Amino acid sequence: MTYNYNLNHLKELESEAIYIIREVVAQFEKPVLMFSGGKDSIVMTHLARKAFFPARIPFPLLHIDTGHNFEETIRFRDELMAEIGANLIVGSVQASIDQGRVQEEKGWNASRNGLQTVTLLDALEEYKFDAALGGARRDEEKARAKERFFSHRDEFGQWDPKNQRPELWNLFNGRKKMGEHFRVFPISNWTEMDIWQYIKHDQVKIPSLYFSHKRPCFVREGVILAYADFMQLKEEETVKEMQVRFRTIGDITCTGAIQSEANSLDDIIQEVATSRITERGGRADDKRSETSMEDRKKLGYF
Amino acid sequence: MQKDYFNMELLRFTTAGSVDDGKSTLIGRLLYDSKTIFEDQLDAVKRTSKQKGLDHIDLSLLTDGLKAEREQGITIDVAYRYFSTPKRKFIIADTPGHIQYTRNMVTGASTANLAIILIDARKGVLEQTRRHAIIASLLKIPHVVVCVNKMDLVNFEEEIYENIVQDFKNFSAKLEIPDVHFVPISALLGDNVVKRSQHTDWYGGPTLMYLLENVYIASDYNHIDCRFPVQYVIRPHTTEYHDYRGYAGRIASGIFKPGDEVLVLPSGFTSKIKSIDTFEGPVEAAFAPMSVSMTLEDEIDISRGDMIVRPKNQPKVSQDLEVIICWLNPKGPVPRAKYYIRHTTREARAMITDIQYKMDINTLHRLEGDKDIQMNDIARVSIRTTAPMFFDSYRKNRFTGSLILVDENTNETVAAGMII
Ligand SMILES: Nc1nc2c(ncn2[C@@H]2O[C@H](COP(=O)(O)OP(=O)(O)O)[C@@H](O)[C@H]2O)c(=O)[nH]1
Repeated sequence: MTYNYNLNHLKELESEAIYIIREVVAQFEKPVLMFSGGKDSIVMTHLARKAFFPARIPFPLLHIDTGHNFEETIRFRDELMAEIGANLIVGSVQASIDQGRVQEEKGWNASRNGLQTVTLLDALEEYKFDAALGGARRDEEKARAKERFFSHRDEFGQWDPKNQRPELWNLFNGRKKMGEHFRVFPISNWTEMDIWQYIKHDQVKIPSLYFSHKRPCFVREGVILAYADFMQLKEEETVKEMQVRFRTIGDITCTGAIQSEANSLDDIIQEVATSRITERGGRADDKRSETSMEDRKKLGYF
Repeated sequence: MQKDYFNMELLRFTTAGSVDDGKSTLIGRLLYDSKTIFEDQLDAVKRTSKQKGLDHIDLSLLTDGLKAEREQGITIDVAYRYFSTPKRKFIIADTPGHIQYTRNMVTGASTANLAIILIDARKGVLEQTRRHAIIASLLKIPHVVVCVNKMDLVNFEEEIYENIVQDFKNFSAKLEIPDVHFVPISALLGDNVVKRSQHTDWYGGPTLMYLLENVYIASDYNHIDCRFPVQYVIRPHTTEYHDYRGYAGRIASGIFKPGDEVLVLPSGFTSKIKSIDTFEGPVEAAFAPMSVSMTLEDEIDISRGDMIVRPKNQPKVSQDLEVIICWLNPKGPVPRAKYYIRHTTREARAMITDIQYKMDINTLHRLEGDKDIQMNDIARVSIRTTAPMFFDSYRKNRFTGSLILVDENTNETVAAGMII
């Protein structure tokens, strides 16, 4: 039998991600994987399993629960954790609000997305995590194009784009002072398309929200939002049943849906290939200003 | 579209050019013509173009960077961009062309299979062009494509193009660049970028995109010298895998197979590969850049930083390294300063014992006697480490020949090194 000593692009990306996840476990004392319930963090979890097979994932998963989740996300999360036997920690934004650590936003576009930062940093500090693995990708947003695999954060959890360490070859420098930590992004080099192709190739399970379904929705400022009973509607807004799916999954108050009939992975890959809008294009939180992601990032957002 | 996407290859490339040679426009053009640009991104660029009072869409804005830089109107770091065609997925390390940013170019070049060097057809080969070619050669980027840009501004004249090509060849003959191509283009109008130009009948070569899609990269990895740096030891401690001890890591080079006789550094013990495991099951061969977990027939004490090799093909083992370094930090090295050295998965402490000479990065001349290393300088130094390193020359092996130095006080990555 002859071999072709060549990896295809998905295998090469996978190998790079596994290398980085293992590097984190080797270089840090207390890593954690930030699990949002979205496809990227699900792929991250899948890669972490692969990295340590046949052992279990040697670090816990951290979910920052805004209290405004899709029910489907929570159900999926709990099933996945049971299946892989992972240790899940939940950081609650509601608890941060109750403790007076943060103030709930007011007004029509009130969202808990910004508040997550405080809950996240509190959780990192409480458990003394020194490396937080995340599923952010560089193609998602301009501000992320320069993000490192190993992203250094100061003792306030802040990101300074000018003070990032150069990364050469496959040599990663995770040295830090007391109180500082790192965010690490093993799938930096993946695009949305890579993620979908990989999910298909590896038959990774994902929440039903990604597939076309009927649900009560309303339209606000051109964005289709799922309706939940704690939401307040403006006078001109009406809830109606729509055939939708989600391209990203976050806080229910600001995750835009798209009208879609795509109900298989092939359909989704086809749709992503021909789509003319970026996946974050539907997120109300990014629309606030052109540099909004960058501003939140500096403050310690994922 | 992309039915065959499980067969796509990955190509990483970097772009180098002096300011205003058209690098951002070229990247914007590649993204635009490969239909990687989304409507909302294009809308944002259209808005900004209008605000700036331009009457055309400025494609260079697509690769625009961070807020602070946007205000200063310059790019100051390496940014990564992505696009794909049905054949390949591309990762662009986009680095700025300023004189002071050799470090960024070196960073971008370190992982690249290919470098695009831009030349303004009106200006020809400049000092910066030489520097870009020298860096590509120092970093051993296997393929270089020289794009002579702004051909529209010189009426697509063959002679101008040919003179530039000849100039470049004359000077690059001294460099080690194994595979060089030349393409006359107009990034602004799209000539010979993705589509063939109507204005260059005299040019019989391929478009830039054709080269990007077809350059032969399968041999860019070293498949000869077996090197497996151990990254982590997997011990499941479960009943099913009670005695399992997997050496996890990414193959740096060579091809490993179960049954192969291996030698472990630094202990020198030999054993045989029992299995090479992945989540999908055991594999019959592992090669660069696969991430795998290896088990051996014998119980040997192996930990992170050790290296598994073949007994008849061993790397050099030494505490003294001769290295070409690029200094990355605003603060230069002080005499006898100590650093952490990172090399493959191995870490030790290190000292620069001698600065032999600095290199003029525009001419490759040695500046003997000049030992004052500053940011962006390239120099040849001697390094002594507290523990033996297992290495090959960078020329032979980009993964076992490269290292970084980390400042003991600030923890910053201060130098990139290529072992001679
Ligand atoms: N006529 C012409 N102008 C070009 C071409 N490529 C870039 N330019 C212009 O040259 C200027 C600098 O280009 P830019 O892409 O920003 O250069 P960078 O500094 O290398 O990124 C801009 O005004 C571009 O519109 C070209 O092929 N032909």
